[in-house]
Amino acid sequence: MITTKGLTKVYRSQGREVRALDDVDLHVRQGEVFGVVGTSGAGKSTLIRCVNLLERPTSGTVTVDGVELTALSGSEQRAGRDLRAARQRIGMVFQHFNLLSSRTVQQNVELPLEITGLDRRERRRKAAELLDLVGLADKARSHPSQLSGGQKQRVGIARALAGDPKVLLSDEATSALDPETTRSILELLRELNQQLGLTVLLITHEMDVIKSVCDSAALMRGGKVVESGQLTDLLSDGHSRIARDLFPLGDFGTRDPERTVLEITFQGDAPAQPFVSQLARTYQIDINILGAAVETIAGRLVGRMRVELPGSHTDNVVPIGYLRQQGLQVDVLDPSNGAAA
Amino acid sequence: MTWDQMQELMWPATWETLGMVGIAGLATLLVGLPVGLLLVLTDKGGLLQNLPVSRVLGAVVNVGRSIPFVILIVAVIPFTKLVMGTSLGWQAASVPLAIGAIPFFARLVETSVREVDGGLVEALKSMGAGTGTIVRKTLLPEALPSLVASATTTVIALIGYSAMAGTVGGGGLGSLAITYGYLRFETAFMWVIVAEIVVIVTAIQLLGDFAARRLSHRGDYRSPLSFFRSATAKPDATEEDLLSSR
Ligand SMILES: Nc1ncnc2c1ncn2[C@@H]1O[C@H](COP(=O)(O)OP(=O)(O)OP(=O)(O)O)[C@@H](O)[C@H]1O
Ligand SMILES: [Mg+2]
Repeated sequence: MITTKGLTKVYRSQGREVRALDDVDLHVRQGEVFGVVGTSGAGKSTLIRCVNLLERPTSGTVTVDGVELTALSGSEQRAGRDLRAARQRIGMVFQHFNLLSSRTVQQNVELPLEITGLDRRERRRKAAELLDLVGLADKARSHPSQLSGGQKQRVGIARALAGDPKVLLSDEATSALDPETTRSILELLRELNQQLGLTVLLITHEMDVIKSVCDSAALMRGGKVVESGQLTDLLSDGHSRIARDLFPLGDFGTRDPERTVLEITFQGDAPAQPFVSQLARTYQIDINILGAAVETIAGRLVGRMRVELPGSHTDNVVPIGYLRQQGLQVDVLDPSNGAAA
Repeated sequence: MTWDQMQELMWPATWETLGMVGIAGLATLLVGLPVGLLLVLTDKGGLLQNLPVSRVLGAVVNVGRSIPFVILIVAVIPFTKLVMGTSLGWQAASVPLAIGAIPFFARLVETSVREVDGGLVEALKSMGAGTGTIVRKTLLPEALPSLVASATTTVIALIGYSAMAGTVGGGGLGSLAITYGYLRFETAFMWVIVAEIVVIVTAIQLLGDFAARRLSHRGDYRSPLSFFRSATAKPDATEEDLLSSR
């Protein structure tokens, strides 16, 4: 649904160059919720703003719903007619809501419809319908200044949906909200994604957001996408940074070469098996559990456990092979740096 | 001087003042608003970015604001004659008044429009709006309370300037005060006229404030004048409102 190829954005200011995006290839499939995470300054906002060309990439292409937007005419300040038409079908929500204080809630939602040239009655009807969808029908005549942050963001979402977009872009839409409101907004996004088949590309710096609504995720660092894919795939990849951050088990203490630390990740039915006790019984070893967590990610139950076995890695090749045979994903942690070996 | 004598002189002068300020004010709004908008739009990063136009316009506005008003009146006499057919009287005086006030108002408009949150422009762009739509649907409506306050300030400045216009035969209250108070030592009469000007200025200020407040929607807008107002009236925006409007 959204594809970027070799997307690069270089900012030049006062003779200095900032490579905000560096050869980014991203693929967001139709109907999925795709999250982009990364530290501050990684280029997340630049990426999402390049998707609807609020920012013109220095090079590379952006294709949304089969239309190559980068091929459409216009400068950064002024978009050509085709690009403006394409933008009408891409909704966007913002961290600071960006609602017009001169308009009521209803009028704010009508705004994109005024731009598409819908007549007054149709606008009214559509806006009322959307406000109903986001649960704010009773606030139609209020002004944005009379709403709470969560309500404002709901208006922002209703407004973004006015043009019947196929794609919704969201730059830190929940970052200005408290945890509970964040959850309700994320639930709303998830519902819209499922009910309307909306494809959502969202930017966040909270792993929790990825965990609760995303099907896929990408990690950005220094303008590059260093990792991306479906969460279920990432979770079964022992080297995935995203998977690790979804499941912070903390640092592990031991640096003892005579002990082996394993991280065992299980998905679906795997936790049903009592593999720890089976292992202990079969091989007559003492297993020390260092930490464990179970979460629902992308609708699936996923767990991770960190255990310690006596003996070095080479001593434990057989038990590790046994665990892998049970369909578990096992990573041996390297005692020297705490990362998966 | 009796009260009747005073009144006989004051009424025509009042109409002259209101006439020249009215015409000049109208012309200032009509020209100053687009000029102020263009200053924002053509600037670097603006929707109609055009640096040569922006620089020339900025320079013209600065020159216009630098010329002392008394000199401006004399300097534009040929132009005044061309427009009004004469260089005397209150109608003629409204020409230099407008020329003096346009750059002033344009800068105020520029400031007001710049204060509109860039995020709103961004939001409009993301909906596929063109420049004209952004100006009509966001920049102007969102800046409106502040624009009204700017217009009020400009009209009051025009009343002040109109006293000087009086010195070149424009008539009006200002020149009446100078002629009688300063040249003929009718100090009492001068103070009566000053009092009338104060009443007019206060009325305009109150009207402007009222309009700006009404337009600002439940007090999440604070005009630059609210500082003076807060001494007498309780501001209706609480700190919480201000925070939530961020
Ligand atoms: N208009 C600009 N001019 C110059 N440099 C810019 C501009 N916009 C962004 N940058 C730079 O590009 C880099 C990426 O910025 P971006 O806003 O995309 O980061 P981000 O990942 O969204 O960060 P955050 O999580 O803080 O929002 C930063 O180094 C930033 O300083
Ligand atoms: Mg950002």
